[in-house]
Amino acid sequence: MIELRNISLRADEKILLDRVNLSCEPGTVTALVGPNGAGKSTLLSVIAGDVRPDQGEVVLQDRNIGKFSVRDLAQIRAVFPQGSGIRFGYHVHEVVSMGRAFRDLPTNQDAAAIEAAMMQSEVAHMAWRNAQTLSGGEQARTTFARVLVQECPVVLLDEPTAALDLRHQEKVLESAVDLARGGATVLAVLHDLNLAAAHADRIVLMCNGAIAATGTPWEVLTQEQVGRVYRQDVCVMPHPLRECPVVLTC
Amino acid sequence: MTTPNSIANTLGTTPHRPRDHTRLIGSVIAIVFGTVFLATIAIGPVSLQFGQVLSALGARFSDAPLDADTALNVAVVWDLRLARSVTAIIVGASLATCGAAMQGLFGNPLADPGIVGVSSGASLGAIAVIVLQVSTFGIWTLPIGAFLAGVGTTFLIYGLARPGREGTDSSQLLLVGIAVNAIGGSVAGYLTYLATAEQLQSLTFWAMGSLSTAKWLTVGITIGPAIAGMVLLMIWARQLDLLALGERQARHLGVDVPKLRRKLIFVTALLVAAAVSFNGTIGFVGLVVPHIFRLLIGPGHRRLIPFSAIGGGLLVMLADLVARSMDPPNEIPIGVIMGSLGGPFFLWMIWTGRAQGKGT
Repeated sequence: MIELRNISLRADEKILLDRVNLSCEPGTVTALVGPNGAGKSTLLSVIAGDVRPDQGEVVLQDRNIGKFSVRDLAQIRAVFPQGSGIRFGYHVHEVVSMGRAFRDLPTNQDAAAIEAAMMQSEVAHMAWRNAQTLSGGEQARTTFARVLVQECPVVLLDEPTAALDLRHQEKVLESAVDLARGGATVLAVLHDLNLAAAHADRIVLMCNGAIAATGTPWEVLTQEQVGRVYRQDVCVMPHPLRECPVVLTC
Repeated sequence: MTTPNSIANTLGTTPHRPRDHTRLIGSVIAIVFGTVFLATIAIGPVSLQFGQVLSALGARFSDAPLDADTALNVAVVWDLRLARSVTAIIVGASLATCGAAMQGLFGNPLADPGIVGVSSGASLGAIAVIVLQVSTFGIWTLPIGAFLAGVGTTFLIYGLARPGREGTDSSQLLLVGIAVNAIGGSVAGYLTYLATAEQLQSLTFWAMGSLSTAKWLTVGITIGPAIAGMVLLMIWARQLDLLALGERQARHLGVDVPKLRRKLIFVTALLVAAAVSFNGTIGFVGLVVPHIFRLLIGPGHRRLIPFSAIGGGLLVMLADLVARSMDPPNEIPIGVIMGSLGGPFFLWMIWTGRAQGKGT
C-alpha cells in the first residue's frame, strides 16, 4: 500500500510537487500520466525514498518511509528506474540476480525466481550475454526482470515501456497487472495514454506538480481534460476490442 | 518458415551456462604463483636449487643439526629473500585488490591508486614523516602517516569527481587525478628541497619504489592491515557488484551507498598504506591486474578480489625478480619496471575502449 499525505517539494524557487495526496491500494495498477515536467518522476522518486520531501508524509505498508533502513526498504519496494546502464561486463543472469542480493528470502528459491523472471520478460535466451552489449529495449527488459525477482509488495515503474517495442510494451504491462492480481501495489509512470488506459485500474493525471484528476481511465481521459492539461487537441473514442478509451491527437 | 510460435519458443528457453573456466584458471595461476615464489627465493647472488630452497625453508621447522652449506642457505633464504618475497606478495595483493575495489567504487576501470592520486597522497604522508622527522607513533608513524594522507586524498578525489551519478564521465576522475598528482608532486618536491642529503637518498628510493629494504619487521607491520583490508573487501564484494548499477539503483536493491562509500575509502587507503609505506610508489598494479581478471573470470567481485590478490602478488614478485636480476648486484627500481609495463598497457586500454566507442 502507498499513501502520500500532503507532499510538497521545491528546488530553489520552483515548486516541483504541490501538496500531493494519493493513496494506492494493494491489488491495483495506478498509472501516473501528465505532460513533461509535471512532476511524475519526482513523485516516484519521493515514494521510492530517493528524495525526501520538504513537507508531508510517505507511508508504505502502514509505515512511514523515514523509519525504514535502506535494506528494509529493499524488502518492500522495487523500482524500475529511468535509464539504466551497467558499468562492468556482468551477464544478464548476474544483473537479474542482483535483485535478490539483499532480499531476505530463502536463497534456495533464488534460482527458480530468476529463471521465471527472465522467462517472463523474455530475456532468458540471452542469459549469458554481456549486459553492456544489449540494446536499449533488451536492457529495459533485463531491468524489469530484476524488478520482478525482488518480489516486493510495492512496485514502482518509471516509464517501463519507453524503450520497448509493441509486443514488449504489452508484455511488461501485463506482467504489472499480474503482479497486482497477486496482491502487489503497482504505480507506473507512463507516457502513452493508450497503454495507461488499457492496463491501469486507475489513472492519476498530474500537471505542474499537482494532481489534476484521478479516477478510472474513462473518468480521467476526457477530451476536455486531456486537451487542457497537455495543451493539445485530442479526440477520445472507445477501443474497438477492449473496454477502454483510446486517445488520438487531432 | 518461422512462425510467431516458434519465435516464442526460442525466446522462452535459457541456454546452458557457457563453460566456466574459473577453476582451470585458478589452478594454473596457483601453480605459476608457487613456482615464481620459489624462483624469487632461489634466484640471486647466491644461486640455489629448488631442492635447496625447500630444505632451507623446512630447516626452520626441524631440530636436526645443519651442515655449513645448509646453514648458509637457511640464512640466505630466511634472513634475506623470504621477507622480500613475502613483501612483494603483500604489496602486489594490496595494490591489486585496492585497484579492484576503487574501480568498483568509482565505476571506472581506469581508477587505479596511482592514476587517481591516492598513492601520491599516501606517499606524500610518508615523505612528510621522513623529512619532518615525525615519530609520534614509533615504528608505526610511517604507515599511519601514509594511511591518513591516503584517506584524506581519497575523500578529496571522491568529493570532486562525484562518481556514480548520472552525467559524470571518466574524464572527470582522470582530470582530478592529474591535479592531485601535480599537487602531491610539488609538495613532495618542496619537501625534497628541504631534505638533508641522507634523507634525500631515502626519498629518491621512495619515489621510484623498491623492495630492497624489506625486513621481517616491515612484513610484520604491513601484513595485518593488508589481510584485514582484503577480508573486508571480500565481505563487501556483493555490495560492490550492485554498485555497478549506479548509486540510485544499488540503493533500491538494499545497499546503503554513503556508508559503503565511507567504508571503502578507509579500506582502500589502508591497503595503499600497507603497500607504499615502506616500499614507495609502485604504479599500475591496481590497473593491470583487475583488468586482466575481469576479462578472464568476469567482473563479479567475490572472485575478482581473491584472484586480483594472487595475480597482484605474482606480478610484483616477477617485477622485483626482473628489477634485481637485470644488472646484479645493482637493482633497478621496481617502479621503473612497472611503469614501463603499465604505461603501454594503459594506452592499450584507452585504445580498445575507444575502438568500442565507449570512451573508456
